[in-house]
Amino acid sequence: MFVLIVGAGRVGSAVARSMLASGHQVSVLDEDPLSHERLDAGLDTTWEEAGGRFTVGHGIEIEALVEAGIEQADVFIASTNGDNTNLLISQIAQKKFQVRSVIARVMDPARADWYQEQGLRTISPTKVAIEMFEQALSEV
Amino acid sequence: MYVIIAGAGKVGWNLARELIGKGHEVTLLDNRRDRYLTIEQELEHAVQYGDATELWVLERAGIQRAELVIAVTGDDEDNMLICQVAKEKYLCDRVIARVNNPRNRQWFELLGVSPVVSATDLILRLIEHEVPSYGLVHLLDLRDEKLEIIEIEVEVGSPADGQAVSDISIPEGALIISVLRGGDGFVPKADTVIEGGDEVLLVLDPGLEERITQVFTTPPA
Repeated sequence: MFVLIVGAGRVGSAVARSMLASGHQVSVLDEDPLSHERLDAGLDTTWEEAGGRFTVGHGIEIEALVEAGIEQADVFIASTNGDNTNLLISQIAQKKFQVRSVIARVMDPARADWYQEQGLRTISPTKVAIEMFEQALSEV
Repeated sequence: MYVIIAGAGKVGWNLARELIGKGHEVTLLDNRRDRYLTIEQELEHAVQYGDATELWVLERAGIQRAELVIAVTGDDEDNMLICQVAKEKYLCDRVIARVNNPRNRQWFELLGVSPVVSATDLILRLIEHEVPSYGLVHLLDLRDEKLEIIEIEVEVGSPADGQAVSDISIPEGALIISVLRGGDGFVPKADTVIEGGDEVLLVLDPGLEERITQVFTTPPA
């Protein structure tokens, strides 16, 4: 599988490393060149030597998406720190590039739900945290 | 009319003031507290503090009864998503978005958000209008209505030069609506003779630009 991840923050880079370790092709796009360091963390070699790809650019720039390989991607993950950026670039991946599987990180639970109903797969860390807190509280 | 404006920068604030002056009911939204507090001194209850991309903020502002939503923040992603949610979730069929970076215009189209207003494009058109060497100038695009208004300078020796309006063979779907000559503009009649150096305004179906250009310019040597 070819996985394209936009946003190499803590979540994005961790998912990238674990996908690469499971034998998938992984390409990461981030506008901050320094975010590359986070991909190297915990690897014996560099990210590229381990087989990964890294592109510097913003996820709404078409050239950057193409350079990062969106046309070949089977999976698109939007994990930048901006909800609105993630929601937009996921729809670009879905509607313009027809990526088979698109997943967006959306902090705002209300919009995560609504966009999910509209056919976009969303993951809301806020919602997950709320559920875990509620679960923990019910066990007190 | 009830109008919600997202983004209380220069555009949003002045727009709110003008619309209120014309008797419309307006709610202006901004997520910057300092801006909200400043504007609240002038617009009072017509401005609300909050992130207009959040559903509860839109609902508090009364999006369900809004007849027009205008998204003019400095962030294109925000503007697109505010309009998308207004249209698709709250069924507000009239939305207008500002595009800050003209290269993002395609994404507004992808999401079905129109019309979009780009200050950069507007200034570019003014430049083209003031500096006529650009040839064909798009003055107004009515995208939904599939019409546009263009301006073009008539070159000496072009097929249209020296012809009466009724004799110029312009393609079906185009109409000459005015002539600018010597600093004045007028609406031509069928027997008005077009001269080289005139600027003509046409209303047309999109896609005819190239054929129109051939009528009013001479082929390159």
